[in-house]
Amino acid sequence: MVGIKKHNLTKFLIVAGVLSFFYLPILSLMVFSFNDSRSLTSWSGFSLQWYKALFENREMMTAITTTITIALISTFVATVMGTLAAIGISKSRRIIKELVLSVNSFPILNPEIVTAIGLMLLYSSLNIEKGFLTMLLAHIIFSTPYVILSVLPRLRRLDPDIAEAALDLGATPLQALWKVIVPMITPGIVSGALIAFTMSFDDFVISYFVSGNGVKNISILVYTMSKRINPTINALSTILVVIITIVLLVVNLYPFITKKELKEAE
Amino acid sequence: MRKLIEFQNIVKSFNGSLVLKGINLSIHENEFITLLGPSGCGKTTLLRILGGFISQNEGHVYFDDIEISNVPPYKREINTVFQRYALFPHMNVFDNIAFGLRIKKQDKNTIEQKVRKMLKLVNLEGYEDRPVTLLSGGQQQRVAIARALVNEPMVLLLDEPLGALDLKLRKEMQIELKKIQQEVGITFIYVTHDQEEALTMSDTIVVMNAGEIQQIGTPTDIYNEPENRFVADFIGESNIIDGLMIEDYKVKFDDQTFECIDYGFEDNLEVDIVLRPEDIDIVPIDMGRIKGVIKSTIFKGVHFEVVVETPYREWIIHTTDKVEVDKEVGLHFFPEDIHIMYKMGSY
Amino acid sequence: MKGYASLVKPYIFWMSLFIVVPMLLIVLYAFTEHGNALMAFRFTLDNFLKFFDPVFIKVLFKSLEVAIITTLFCILIGYPIAYIISNTSERIQTLLILLITLPMWINMLVRTYAWISILSDGGILNSIFEFLGLPPIKMMYTDFAVMLGMVYNFLPFMIISIYTVLAKLDKALIHASHDLGANPVQTFLRIVLPLSMPGVISGITLVFLPAVSTFVIPKFLGGGQYMLIGNLIENQFITVGEWNFGSAISLIMAMIIMGSMILTRKIDRDASDTKNVEGGKAW
Repeated sequence: MVGIKKHNLTKFLIVAGVLSFFYLPILSLMVFSFNDSRSLTSWSGFSLQWYKALFENREMMTAITTTITIALISTFVATVMGTLAAIGISKSRRIIKELVLSVNSFPILNPEIVTAIGLMLLYSSLNIEKGFLTMLLAHIIFSTPYVILSVLPRLRRLDPDIAEAALDLGATPLQALWKVIVPMITPGIVSGALIAFTMSFDDFVISYFVSGNGVKNISILVYTMSKRINPTINALSTILVVIITIVLLVVNLYPFITKKELKEAE
Repeated sequence: MRKLIEFQNIVKSFNGSLVLKGINLSIHENEFITLLGPSGCGKTTLLRILGGFISQNEGHVYFDDIEISNVPPYKREINTVFQRYALFPHMNVFDNIAFGLRIKKQDKNTIEQKVRKMLKLVNLEGYEDRPVTLLSGGQQQRVAIARALVNEPMVLLLDEPLGALDLKLRKEMQIELKKIQQEVGITFIYVTHDQEEALTMSDTIVVMNAGEIQQIGTPTDIYNEPENRFVADFIGESNIIDGLMIEDYKVKFDDQTFECIDYGFEDNLEVDIVLRPEDIDIVPIDMGRIKGVIKSTIFKGVHFEVVVETPYREWIIHTTDKVEVDKEVGLHFFPEDIHIMYKMGSY
Repeated sequence: MKGYASLVKPYIFWMSLFIVVPMLLIVLYAFTEHGNALMAFRFTLDNFLKFFDPVFIKVLFKSLEVAIITTLFCILIGYPIAYIISNTSERIQTLLILLITLPMWINMLVRTYAWISILSDGGILNSIFEFLGLPPIKMMYTDFAVMLGMVYNFLPFMIISIYTVLAKLDKALIHASHDLGANPVQTFLRIVLPLSMPGVISGITLVFLPAVSTFVIPKFLGGGQYMLIGNLIENQFITVGEWNFGSAISLIMAMIIMGSMILTRKIDRDASDTKNVEGGKAW
């Protein structure tokens, strides 16, 4: 626009400042994972000992396996259940729709600790022993609402006649569902699954309250281990950060790469 | 009429492509001037440069003899009616219209008076407290006009303001806008791609294409005497023919020589010829110098659109006569109906 | 339509058992006496009365204080950032938003843990102070550390909330405002700010709620003695074993949160009644 001086330097400094604030702790975490000594504050030299310790630590490896297993299974179950529920909701009467969506939003709106103790009380009342399955179940319970909220908007935008058209052409309701509806809402399903996976992978509060019997996921392990200084945590964290960064980069650059290939093919 | 605005050699490019190629244009007080052209011709860009929302790469803009290129939009005595109205959704009709006056810190009573006067002018009395998001397209448009005019600018810029309205409403608003302009007595600079709209409302039309001005003139000038093929083609329907200007008053095309009323062209110059469909009559085959066969006839309400095929070309004719397909007919027109133009790029 | 609606039935059953029942249990435990509530069902208000001890009330007010200050800082820092980002080119916007959301994907415990080594007495910041010849500052286990940790964790939510609304703002409205004579400051105050309020409100919701109920951040950065409501609840359930009291506290916290949400929504609605933000929607 005409006549406006741009205070570009100030803006740049403010944004750079905030970004440094976000990344400095992460960077320090990563740097000290390579520290030769046990300190998190003074540097003694480069070493991979903590990574070695990480892989040799039985407890940690188990926790990682547990976390990934639970994340994968709960994501799968939550995605399937959530997608089917969302389809059901979108075709239901208004009253049912509103009621279901209200209750569905409780795990999302409630503070995690409330959901957590609710489940803890449930398990106790039913005399279920806390362990792997209780954690898995809990993850499914709190992930499914997010899948539903992710799929529902796509369903809303779907042409209501599409399923009818499929049935008109001879498909059974199941075929119509699988071959017509699901493909059209796939982006919603995928993003719902991603949210479910992340929420499960990162979960702490709910897992903490509903697990027992020594079953731990990564977050619980970090929580119990952080009572003492332990750079193995740093090593684990660094690996997590690197993986997440790579994934995010790929996801965001993927459209550009495919666009480029399309252009070259022309 | 005094010259109010002058564009001198305005050049503008976006992302490497040249959008305005050196525009020179003068706009006068009290003029209803329309920038007319297809999408991408640069008309909106020129308007936005005048409004102060973008800067030109080269050239000068003078307002009242003062160069305003470095003056920000909130200091220019120009107001704009935006294409999609840009009404403030969190304010009602009154507050939207009063916005500019409140910025100028005018007193409450004056503001009240002026806003009510505007509401009357645009026929929205009683709508003061309505939220603008609840208004229809036509009503929103009138609020946008009122909001701009209430500030008593010397110039009003209108960027395709009627585009979102249905046909009937558009035609009504065209008349209303013209009426308002004449009542208020300020310069309206109007941008549109609709040639009918331009012909209806304007005192002056500036036909633009690909960043250049093709012709400036009154509606009748532009319609009756298009200067080149582009203008002839863009305005109204035409039959455009390649021909040869043999000498003054004589032109040759389709292997025949015709009398015409144009002169001043070089002898034996290749020219473009325009014949308007409504100027051509379908006559019995012996009575027309051009002979052909009726290929199709479509009823358009006001007239029939008839296509006649000759060995040289297809002619489009507008006639109220009903004719039969496949009939052999003649075409008749008067010398004054033949309009000669220089070929594009040759002047 | 053709029975697809019945797909919702299994989920209704699921929700009843796994979402509704747990919440009812919390209410049940809150209003009953110590012990397994299903066996000894004796209604009492003792659990709530126990809360009105100055010790616990102090915890409540502290939690509210910390949460409100955190939210305020998130707005004060988050709004300018969101505003600056929304005014850059599209490519830079995408990059900056990516950079801001990336930490959100990293485990909250890990992110909070990282601050320990920075804020400790022998930590990174204090080492820098020492290097510069400045006296060391005690930062760990203070209100400051806890609020820093909270702002650190929740600021991205505020930024994204506000940014989303600002980015969707029709630029033509800003042009129109300039066209009508308002300079950039006036345009911001009269047009941009009011229209960005929905983003601020949703940002407040996303920050205040977890800030009030979190217990990890106070535990890591506030130390064993630092108690906010979340810590209190955790303590009652895990360490002390007083499930009934713990449930009562949870209910009280839930009430407070619900109250503040209703309050913020009312403020938003009052503002929009006079200014017709969503006037066009058919509600």
